[in-house]
Amino acid sequence: MANEISDKTIEYAAALAKLELSGEEKEQAKKDMGRMLDYIDQLNELDTSQVEPLCHLFPVRNVFREDVVVNGDESEKLLKNAPEQKDNMFAVPRTFD
Amino acid sequence: MDSLTYTATGLGKAIKEGRLTAVQALEAVFARIEESEELYHCYVTLEREKAFERAAAVQKKIEAGELTGPLAGVPFAIKDNICTEGIPTTCSSKILQNFVPVFDAEAILKLKQAGAVIIGKTNMDEFAMGSTTETSYFGVTKNPSNPAHVPGGSSGGSAAAVAAGECFAALGSDTGGSIRQPASYCGVVGMKPTYGTVSRYGLIAYGSSLDQIGPLTKDVTDCAAVLETISSHDPKDSTSMERGDTDFSAALLEDVQGMRIGIPRDYFGEGLDPQVKAAVLKAAKVLEKKGALLEEFDLSLVEYAIPAYYTIAAAEASSNLERFDGVKYGYRADAEELHAMYKKTRSEGFGPEVKRRILLGSFVLSSGYYDAYYLKALRVKALIKKAFDAAFAKYDLILGPTAPATAPKLGESLADPIKMYLGDIYTIAVNLAGLPGISVPCGKDDKGLPIGLQLIGDCFQEKTLIRAAYTYEQTAKQEGN
Amino acid sequence: MAKQYETVIGLEVHVELATKTKIFCACSTAFGGAPNTHTCPVCTGMPGALPVLNRQVVEYAAAVGMAANCQITRDCRFDRKNYFYPDNPQNYQISQLYLPICRDGWIEISVPEKEKTVTKKIRIHEIHMEEDAGKLIHDEWEDCSLVDYNRSGVPLIEIVSEPDMRSAQEVIAYLEELRLMIQYLGASDCKLQEGSMRADVNLSVREAGSEAFGTRTEMKNLNSFSAIARAIDGERERQIDLLEAGEQVVQETRRWDDEKGESYPMRSKEDAQDYRYFPDPDLTPLHISEEWLAQIRAKQPELPAKKRLRYKEEFSLPDYDIRMLTNSKAMADIFEETAALGAQPKKISNWLLGETLRLLKEKEMEPEDITFSPRHLAGLIELAENKVINSSVAKDVFEVMFASDVDPKQYVEEKGLKMVNDENALRKTVEEVIAQNPKSVEDYRSGKEKALGFLMGQTMKAMKGKADPAAVNQLLRELLKP
Repeated sequence: MANEISDKTIEYAAALAKLELSGEEKEQAKKDMGRMLDYIDQLNELDTSQVEPLCHLFPVRNVFREDVVVNGDESEKLLKNAPEQKDNMFAVPRTFD
Repeated sequence: MDSLTYTATGLGKAIKEGRLTAVQALEAVFARIEESEELYHCYVTLEREKAFERAAAVQKKIEAGELTGPLAGVPFAIKDNICTEGIPTTCSSKILQNFVPVFDAEAILKLKQAGAVIIGKTNMDEFAMGSTTETSYFGVTKNPSNPAHVPGGSSGGSAAAVAAGECFAALGSDTGGSIRQPASYCGVVGMKPTYGTVSRYGLIAYGSSLDQIGPLTKDVTDCAAVLETISSHDPKDSTSMERGDTDFSAALLEDVQGMRIGIPRDYFGEGLDPQVKAAVLKAAKVLEKKGALLEEFDLSLVEYAIPAYYTIAAAEASSNLERFDGVKYGYRADAEELHAMYKKTRSEGFGPEVKRRILLGSFVLSSGYYDAYYLKALRVKALIKKAFDAAFAKYDLILGPTAPATAPKLGESLADPIKMYLGDIYTIAVNLAGLPGISVPCGKDDKGLPIGLQLIGDCFQEKTLIRAAYTYEQTAKQEGN
Repeated sequence: MAKQYETVIGLEVHVELATKTKIFCACSTAFGGAPNTHTCPVCTGMPGALPVLNRQVVEYAAAVGMAANCQITRDCRFDRKNYFYPDNPQNYQISQLYLPICRDGWIEISVPEKEKTVTKKIRIHEIHMEEDAGKLIHDEWEDCSLVDYNRSGVPLIEIVSEPDMRSAQEVIAYLEELRLMIQYLGASDCKLQEGSMRADVNLSVREAGSEAFGTRTEMKNLNSFSAIARAIDGERERQIDLLEAGEQVVQETRRWDDEKGESYPMRSKEDAQDYRYFPDPDLTPLHISEEWLAQIRAKQPELPAKKRLRYKEEFSLPDYDIRMLTNSKAMADIFEETAALGAQPKKISNWLLGETLRLLKEKEMEPEDITFSPRHLAGLIELAENKVINSSVAKDVFEVMFASDVDPKQYVEEKGLKMVNDENALRKTVEEVIAQNPKSVEDYRSGKEKALGFLMGQTMKAMKGKADPAAVNQLLRELLKP
């Protein structure tokens, strides 16, 4: 396997993705990511130095809304799915930073 | 006649002509569900009561002449990543197990306007990540052709529900083959339209630049009718295309005279099951006999589509799935502190395949790797698009298998992700290039498992696909008889 | 003598645009609604919701870029900036990293230096469009935080300067010029207190004469010009102290506590600062055509710098008046409209910079809140010029006009406030006052000039304030001659 994923790398990716991995999961994730990256590295067989990255397939530009208020108060509906709410707001555990 | 043998459009016509009512059709569907759902497990949620209320209301409108479309009164199943107001929409994930959308997806609004009756939400791979419907948090779905086998995925529940007669038609979503491959495995018709044809508003995103909603149906006629109904230019979706040619039913013609069909050699090489190969080439001959011009060619770059796809899809997914954090909806794990809550919620709420892909996606976008992985994949995507452009300069459509093999047995695929990803080799490039693709049943293997024929068209050429698919279907049916 | 240090400052200024709706959905941007009443599936990050760009955001951003002498990026697009925080409902912010809408501009500032004013160009690195976050409120009772998404999705532009400023004074001058320019464009009201303009200060110090930059810190939570000035001085001192003690400045984000006059490092180690920017696949790229640019350019008002030059040539006003009048577009507009009605420019300026500013301050109002019409101001000036009313009556009338925009001519007529120019009536009153106040008369005649003031007051009182003070003064002196 060409790509050896270190503990540090997988922990970094997990921190970015807000995931907590158990010891076992971490070992599996390192193996999986290493294999995936080996596989993705195949792309380096292609010379793309003269190719622009293609984000949007179609040459569609300038899709706009006009600046007109349409929406009313939907808060009651929108808060229905909230795990916790208080005073018409979404409640979350406090952060210590 | 057993009302379950109707196609969706056949049923619509029968209801309109007063041969049965929308309520009776629904009763038949629920009777079938009673019989077979325990075995197949196509659905995550069934809305029996709402469906009957709706069927009665629709029936009245049909009788009053207010609803005249071909799908009025027809019971539909909806993949569980398409938002339905008031009906739970879970993406088959624990993290959304209690989520009830507050709005309908645009495609759902279109179906409702046409008088369709939604009976429930179908099982899928969690967040559409998978090819077997086995990554669902709610258990596996079984293939109605043989319950020891998977239905394919990620729209496995929708494909199985159509195949089992647990609905008359269904919606799925296709990011890398998730409509076409389960359609192929279950022996139904499945189509992914050109990117931008069906609004993505209300489709819970996996890979936003690749996702499209499309129909899974009993035949090509139904496919055209459903696609025609759900296609729209939606101002709520910036990537929705304005196109005036969505009267797809007009393309239901038995005529492929002079149609140039390219057969990519790269789709028939190593890794293709010989029985699948034989069935697909036989289907090609059927079209040739009807006047189509077949030619083999080298499409090229086929093996690079999968790594490019997984890089792009994983990157977009890692960002799209950030919103599932326990703050606004869905599952929340208990924790004293915010960041601990995020991590616990997401670690407990997502399954292994989802975690695998969002870890990969976070990594390929991270500082120092963005150019090497993400941009590289976007450059390869450009090359793949160019290869298709070259092919469509010569051919009206491309013909090949939908999947390299028929449905694998339950439990065989998840152990090796790369092997599972390889199963999408013929479908994935179509999404990267935004093209329309359709899978049509073209026989069965010696185990009785269905085989799918895939037709790929140039952007916005759905009508060509539908014409060829319809011609094949009608001819094969006559020959079969 | 210790080493001499130079402060190097660059600013990141966020400005909330004055659109009616949010950047990606049709929710109102109005300030101060009850929590979450200006929200929808898009700006609360509901699954399946998609963004659609507000055209006006692009117009405002391009207009500000044009006014700041920027290059407009003709093909630009939006990127996602990924980070987890509850005020950010999707856990990514839609912003612009790779192709911001404006680049490479400058604005000119003036700062006083040794008796004269010097001008300096502050370069602008880029301006980009992005969405604002919601508001997080800490609930001490429940020991939790509450999220209100009313501000989530309000359009912002971020204006990033080059590190071209060297003092708090230059920073304030830059911010004032920027604010004024944006207010002129109508692109934002730029109120620091309400958060519609926010400045983050990037600051480093280096030994005087050194070319290399020192390590910089970024300071946030600065919500007034004076707080910005204090934060700059405080941070400069802190960094110099570190360097003098042989320590290193750490590159970090710090939060300024204006009450304590200190700053603290922000963000926990939890947050890896890796935003994984990538082009947002949900939004199409933008193309700003030559034609569209021309339309935006055609809508640009006369900007402050140009207006100042014109006032000098056209109205020959003193520099102080010009600067004060042009410091608010509302004020400048009233000035110009009143001048167009024929009133003398310096008189208008006096009313606006004197009584108007006094009343605005007293009533805690902004020039934008002024309701009196230029026609009525011109009318009042005419009444005073033609000595129809005296100056103290004029001030009284102005106050009424300021409060309820009455027509001064009509008001003076109705209330009978015209000056009494009847020589006989005045003479009679003065004679009476002299007769009634023998003590004062005696005082005056014995050289106590102050007594005249008392007699004048008595006369004005008897005339109900409507006499011409100059005429009263003259007559008193005449009749008191021994």
